[in-house]
Amino acid sequence: MNIAANHTAKRDYSLTGPESAHAVAAGLASADWYHSDLPRKEMKALMRRSDQQADRDTVLWFALLILTGGAGAFLWGSWAAVPFFLAYGVLYGSVCDSRWHECGHGTAFKTTWKNDVVYHIASFMVMRNPIAWRWSHARHHTDTIIVGRDPEIAVMRPPEMALLALKFFGLPSAVYDLRALLRNAWGRLSDDEGDFIPEAEQGKAVFWARVHMAIYCGAVLWAVLAWSILPLMLIGGPRLYGCWHMVMMGLIQHGGLAEDVLDHRLNSRTVYINPISRWLYWNMNYHVEHHMFPMVPYHALPALHARIKDDLPAPNRSIADAYRDMIGALLRQRKEPGYAIRPVLPSTARPYREELHDVDIARES
Amino acid sequence: MAWIDVCDAEDIELEDVIRFDHAGRTFAIYRDLEGQVFATDGLCTHEQVHLADGLVMDDTIECPKHNGRFNYQTGEALRAPVCVNLATYPARLNGARIEIEVS
Ligand code: FES
Repeated sequence: MNIAANHTAKRDYSLTGPESAHAVAAGLASADWYHSDLPRKEMKALMRRSDQQADRDTVLWFALLILTGGAGAFLWGSWAAVPFFLAYGVLYGSVCDSRWHECGHGTAFKTTWKNDVVYHIASFMVMRNPIAWRWSHARHHTDTIIVGRDPEIAVMRPPEMALLALKFFGLPSAVYDLRALLRNAWGRLSDDEGDFIPEAEQGKAVFWARVHMAIYCGAVLWAVLAWSILPLMLIGGPRLYGCWHMVMMGLIQHGGLAEDVLDHRLNSRTVYINPISRWLYWNMNYHVEHHMFPMVPYHALPALHARIKDDLPAPNRSIADAYRDMIGALLRQRKEPGYAIRPVLPSTARPYREELHDVDIARES
Repeated sequence: MAWIDVCDAEDIELEDVIRFDHAGRTFAIYRDLEGQVFATDGLCTHEQVHLADGLVMDDTIECPKHNGRFNYQTGEALRAPVCVNLATYPARLNGARIEIEVS
């Protein structure tokens, strides 16, 4: 089956259209994926849970949110507030994504309730329905970048560069997310949500959407009564003005790489990044490793990377290097949507198993 | 119902799990921290993934695919995306050997 390479028109990325049926017929749905070999003993050590690091990171996160948000509010009306809001925006509008992600997997903390509490707070901050997105993310892991199956494909082909640029300002994604919350709060689910949220969970999705919308309504009311946008600078607004770091990291997870393959080495990207971004992003820059072994908590990903890197393509050396790589591919995909980067494996790696994914990917020149 | 020989108890570390295939079926066999043995279906009820690649913590098994959790002693589904309970089977130590009872 050669879906990706043979067409030039925009693909149907919905979960209920013809691409979904194609993926199932091609054996790409709920398939067996490639995994690097790791002895069980080592795997167990890497999967081991602990509260220690996430406790420390979370206390620091909330302390920084209170400090920067409080200082920004105190200095509101003067230019001195700007740096505080720049920092608060990222801490709220970007860091929420990585906390949502890790706590959604249930790997950040050893203690279940801590994962759940942080998951719900972060879901609110990132404007995601905590139930809908838990199921959407499970599907993303089952069918990573399988067109018609994965609801979380960030860069659709042919890529629209202006739309990708708008994402750095939370547009139109925050509008879509807010609209989805509103729809859910109204008691309705989209066709795609109906596809990946089991019926028994749909009531919970409606309940949490109503909780989120009630808080947003409260913030708007506060802003109107105070006749100031300050409340929205603190609640909700950072999803627009502070999401750039989340988007910057999110786009390079899979952008420019293959669709419809069953080997995360072909569709995910590991990037070496600076320590501040690693803290903000909770090590999700080790993205191939995360997808191969989602049981490994964020704090053990560097160790997992060190252990299996000989079986993986060489990571990009920096965020800028990853963007060079990705943007070149995206520009080419505008005219040649079937093109994807084919990462080069080191000689120590097991080769790509072509029989797993008979998809014709253009070779990197 | 018959008791089926699985393996030496020592073949499973404490607080760990192994896969056991028998008569065209697949099971997960566990030892808890005290050395007690338990058996469940081998595949997660969310998708067809072998639980033996997952993580045993106290009395729970976490699925390696989407981190769904079951109580492996009762089979109860504890954490989404698993919603359907896991079938459990009687398991015992017969000397140094683990046995499970399956129909
Ligand atoms: S396959 Fe087990 S949780 Fe999804």
